[in-house]
Amino acid sequence: MTDKCTGCAESQEKARKLQEIIEGYKDTRGALIQVLHEAQELYGYLPLEVQREIAKQMDIPLAEVYGVVSFYTQFSINPKGEYKINVCMGTACYVKGANEILDKFRTRLSIDVGECTDDRKFSLDACRCIGACGLAPVVTINDEVYGKLQPDDVDDILDKYEAK
Amino acid sequence: MIKSIADIDKIRQTKVADMQIRVNKDAQPTKEGGRMHIMVCGGTGCTSSNSMKIIENLEELIRINQMSDEIKVVKTGCFGLCAEGPIVMMYPDHIMYTTVQPEDVSEIFESHVQKGKPVKRLLAGEQTEDEITNALDSVDFFSRQMRVALRNCGAINPECIDEYIARDGYKALEKVLTEMEPEDVIETIKNSQLRGRGGAGFPTGTKWSFAASQQVAQKYVCCNADEGDPGAFMDRSVLEGDPHSLIEAMAIAGYAIGANQGYVYVRAEYPIAVERLTIAIEQAKEYGLLGKDIFGKGFDFNLEIRLGAGAFVCGEETALMTSVEGKRGEPRPRPPFPAVKGLFGQPTILNNVETYANVPVIILKGADWFANIGTEKSKGTKVFAVGGKINNTGLVEIPMGTTLREIVYDIGGGVPNGKEFKAAQTGGPSGGCIPASELDTPIDYESLIALGSMMGSGGLIVMDEDTCMVDLARFFLEFTVDESCGKCPPCRIGTKRMLEIVTRITEGKGTMEDLDKLEVLAKNIKASALCGLGQTAPNPVLSTMKYFRDEYIAHVVDKKCPAGVCKSMVKFIIDQDSCKRCSICKKNCPTQCISGDKNTPFSIDQDKCVKCGVCMEKCPFKAILKNA
Repeated sequence: MTDKCTGCAESQEKARKLQEIIEGYKDTRGALIQVLHEAQELYGYLPLEVQREIAKQMDIPLAEVYGVVSFYTQFSINPKGEYKINVCMGTACYVKGANEILDKFRTRLSIDVGECTDDRKFSLDACRCIGACGLAPVVTINDEVYGKLQPDDVDDILDKYEAK
Repeated sequence: MIKSIADIDKIRQTKVADMQIRVNKDAQPTKEGGRMHIMVCGGTGCTSSNSMKIIENLEELIRINQMSDEIKVVKTGCFGLCAEGPIVMMYPDHIMYTTVQPEDVSEIFESHVQKGKPVKRLLAGEQTEDEITNALDSVDFFSRQMRVALRNCGAINPECIDEYIARDGYKALEKVLTEMEPEDVIETIKNSQLRGRGGAGFPTGTKWSFAASQQVAQKYVCCNADEGDPGAFMDRSVLEGDPHSLIEAMAIAGYAIGANQGYVYVRAEYPIAVERLTIAIEQAKEYGLLGKDIFGKGFDFNLEIRLGAGAFVCGEETALMTSVEGKRGEPRPRPPFPAVKGLFGQPTILNNVETYANVPVIILKGADWFANIGTEKSKGTKVFAVGGKINNTGLVEIPMGTTLREIVYDIGGGVPNGKEFKAAQTGGPSGGCIPASELDTPIDYESLIALGSMMGSGGLIVMDEDTCMVDLARFFLEFTVDESCGKCPPCRIGTKRMLEIVTRITEGKGTMEDLDKLEVLAKNIKASALCGLGQTAPNPVLSTMKYFRDEYIAHVVDKKCPAGVCKSMVKFIIDQDSCKRCSICKKNCPTQCISGDKNTPFSIDQDKCVKCGVCMEKCPFKAILKNA
């Protein structure tokens, strides 16, 4: 890892866990995506240092690791907010007004899709169908699911998290 | 550990007796099974509406009242009636409760569990107390369906392998390993005329026979559970509600083609499905139904899960296999087909979840039974995820050849709020629209292609008069442009140009020439893109242009969006007759573009208006009109 982190116990702990993850997939063919999933779980996102470390330990060129990270939408090279807002943009949600819900989040938080608020509290993403089409339009915030939303509900939801 | 047929038979017999009260109202309760089973839906839809809390509350009450020996709470997979979730099903009374809230639990417990009196206000459908019968037979939504692939969803606890075994689970694998040669298995699947449920509808038996004929040591069985079509959740429901049927079918496929390793490629967006499948695989391993020497018949089979990471193109078979290998999921040209050269360069078969879910039933009931369901060229049933502007949003399984009208009106309960049905979209970003005039077409692979759409994986989105078809085409194009892997120019550049043209039209800047350009471009992309995703990407545009050309023309010539969706063509105006000059709209307008006071009529400055619609939402007198 980078020099500035070596003194930090937490980052050393994470580096050790990363090594364990990679070790666990030693005998699995084509494990890169699975390793990246677990690494992202560990770090919250996949900064360049983490990708470099994975490339080194798995003996895969960094360009290839970055190629995979940038190919898949679930991998993020930017940090996410404490509360990750995902507005479902599947067809069922779309025809039931998901766009208006997304707009409301945009205006209220003053950030665009893929961005994070300055205080790192909220990040906003438009995601692919999560399959809860019966509840359309749907928004997830971390593991909480909010269904059958109206644009007006957005304020109440955000108020709840801002109070936390 | 199950070493022989006798072992599994013993488990089956005990568990069948325990579960008998779910089949027969008068069945004798067993000591282990208890006298009442309360099934609570644990699918994604219902858990999102708090069904886990219902289970928690029920278990708490049962524990306090020391009734845990007689009353069993069972977490099940999806019942399909997602619009009415959370769903609770009571056995042996066969009573279904809908939209149950955690607060309702104490009433259900006190009235139904303790006194045997059903809670009337929570009953499914329009049943009166006198006619409380089996909801699964009497509610239209269920009685018109035919559940083959979904046979166990909602009927068993997906995290309990014994319950699956009790429902004839792993009996097909048993039959295959003891009575059938691999060729017989392939012959049976061929004769059943089962076709791939993932989209293109390729005959499954034929696919298997290609891989079987390859004389190499290492072959693979893969399952496509990367249900990327937005608005489709059939495969997720099978994984969540009946994961063992997939495991069993993949083992059968492995035996048929001579493979001993399988991979299930699942979307990471489906955490519950991944969790249940993981548990199921562990249980199957523990029982020896996966691993070495299954049933002592010398057949080995292992199964691993691979998580996707959010790329629609990975639903394409060659891209999926590249992704399982841990690389960028880009498709490659075929041939060689995967059956010859697939995963890690070895012969591989790839089927989707629903296709596999049919396999054990076909083995047990026979090819003829299956081939007798459906239409001439499309056999069996198909699961549709019905969503959008429809009352009974959810999952329905119907015999091939059922008409769209039956799905939308009889099973789906029609379009809400008295609105008019406009079209149904099938096949997602690769499919097209079916207009109201074609409501009576029997649905099968061929008829949908003839209509310019396709079966796809089974997403069926209903649209009403408030949906703009040009905007819908734009939505799907935006999706494809975003998801195009970029490998071939027709898809990478072509769909982008199409999106630009369609966007121009929705902004009121389109010309008639644009419509011609769109058609030419669409045909060229269809003819020249590398993979299925690119080749079908223009379909949403072509089919909306075919059936709703008048809407395109309204956007281009009259600069109007008839559905009032396309913002730049929407105009909000104040109806002076209904306006009471209360100034609520003025206060709420984010751009201060509304002027007027008690003495001056209110009006909207169209140049400043951002068309957010807040004024219309807030007006208590409905005096603000859209597009009037």
